[in-house]
Amino acid sequence: MSNRRGESLTGWAFAAPFAVLFALFLVVPAIYGLYLSFTGATLTGSGGELLGFANYAEALTDPDMWRSLGNTLWFTVLSTVPLVVLSLAFALLVNLGLPGRWLWRLSFFLPYLLASTVVVMFWSWMYNPKLGLINGVLAEFGIAPVAWLQDPNVAMISVVVTTLWWTIGFNFLLYLAALQNIPEQQFEAAAIDGAGKWRQLFSIVIPQLAPTTGLILTLQILASLKVFDQIYMLTNGGPAGSTRSVVQYIYESGFTGYRFGYSSAISYLFFAIIVLVSLAQYKLINRRSSV
Amino acid sequence: MSTYTLSRGINGRIKQGHKPGENPWSVSRMVALLVLAFLAATWLVPFAWAVLTSLKSEADAGASSISLNPPDGLGLEAYRKVLSAGDIPAWAWNSLLTSIAITLITVATSALAGYAFSRISFRGRRWLYAAIIAAIIIPPQLLIVPLFRQMLAFNLVDTYWGIILPQAFAPAMVLILKRFFDQIPVELEDAARVDGANRLRVFWSIVLPLSRPILAAVAIFVFIGAWNNFLWPFIVTTDADLMTLPVGLQTVKSAYGLQYAQNMASAILAALPLVVVFLFFQRQIIKGIATTGFGGQ
Repeated sequence: MSNRRGESLTGWAFAAPFAVLFALFLVVPAIYGLYLSFTGATLTGSGGELLGFANYAEALTDPDMWRSLGNTLWFTVLSTVPLVVLSLAFALLVNLGLPGRWLWRLSFFLPYLLASTVVVMFWSWMYNPKLGLINGVLAEFGIAPVAWLQDPNVAMISVVVTTLWWTIGFNFLLYLAALQNIPEQQFEAAAIDGAGKWRQLFSIVIPQLAPTTGLILTLQILASLKVFDQIYMLTNGGPAGSTRSVVQYIYESGFTGYRFGYSSAISYLFFAIIVLVSLAQYKLINRRSSV
Repeated sequence: MSTYTLSRGINGRIKQGHKPGENPWSVSRMVALLVLAFLAATWLVPFAWAVLTSLKSEADAGASSISLNPPDGLGLEAYRKVLSAGDIPAWAWNSLLTSIAITLITVATSALAGYAFSRISFRGRRWLYAAIIAAIIIPPQLLIVPLFRQMLAFNLVDTYWGIILPQAFAPAMVLILKRFFDQIPVELEDAARVDGANRLRVFWSIVLPLSRPILAAVAIFVFIGAWNNFLWPFIVTTDADLMTLPVGLQTVKSAYGLQYAQNMASAILAALPLVVVFLFFQRQIIKGIATTGFGGQ
């Protein structure tokens, strides 16, 4: 008995440093945020009275909230598809074993190492309407300049392109690693059976990569849903709110509108959506692998 | 073990390369090479354009669009100006300090907790484990408001610890390390324990040395994340002397106004440390990212 207690104490001693940080900086704010979402709390701490579900009711009828949610979902769709498909294409190309392999790998992965601020500085300059490289090149072909970040019809696409450039390296690396773990014998067997390269791609490579694709898809959707940095810095959510994401709306309600209670309510509504998406994905992926 | 196969896979040229009997100069391979070269060049353009701009004079940078050969020539003037202003070295120092602290604390606490979950049965273990798994899907971005209030209460706003502590733990890394420790044969530890070594000793002298690759992978992943993190340091610091590189750059970006060359020079300077580190440790970093990305598998 005492031995088991001793074991229990040892276990807690090992887990304690992590558990303390975890409790203080994740569990406590998560619960505290839930409480705040039912109050009229402000940045300074005044107006902490309980409001019941008033913040939630307001959020559900707030057109700006719906707009930012719509933008976020749209961004998630627009970014996830190319970030999965192109990263696979890049990995397949690099994996062909052509000369200069380290250079290709370096080119695609390097942007992933940059801070969002640096990425945005590079791309604001690329997108600059008068002096930017993109409009400069277009002008050479006689094409009129495009207001990449100021035109509401184009701004979201520009944000997606920047995101694609910045983060594709991560998915690319995962695919590359997975590709190299496909046993060589499978290709030999298929080649003996007379399967050509394209047949091999669709009947061996892509099915073998299914677990990796599932993982990348899950990580990518979660990452895209919480987009903030690059949009906030590239367009500040504009023009006219056409790119503002949910996280930015949470940030603005809290830190520029000073409405901590309201901001927390939106956080929880959004969290509910994230949980639903994660559950849906989990079910989908599990069903696929059990078939 | 898993790390080993992965590293061999991702760096192994032997497995790939053209197979004997396959013409290395076939038309399809040439086409693939051209496509690859085009894509890689496209991916490098924003870097090249930023470097070129940073080497121009302000007059040339703000004048014509694509001039590879500007009237004032190319030089390091913009870098000299940015560095002598002194902000960037100070912010880089803040970034380095906080990122190292975050990495050390995260790796140490995750390894200890991962070991406890892997080897020791203690009361409440299941609960804590379930909480950690649940926590993985909570984006820290959603907690900024309550966390900021807490930091005000703790008097940690505008301090290094205020930047460090909320980033200094990672539930996902605990799981990754637990999974790795699960693969280490218990017999290795049993022998030492029979000899009277206590848990901490076994952990320190047997388990940790066997776990170096995964610890390095976790450390690399955490460090890159911390070095580049924007939102939390942005919220918790208002004092320009305490800002990290990404936050400092964002706040002065507008102050540079139309000084495009200096703007690009500071972006390049901010990017440089990690890029240089990457060029030196390319294999380890790629292996580390891939391993942690796969959840330690």
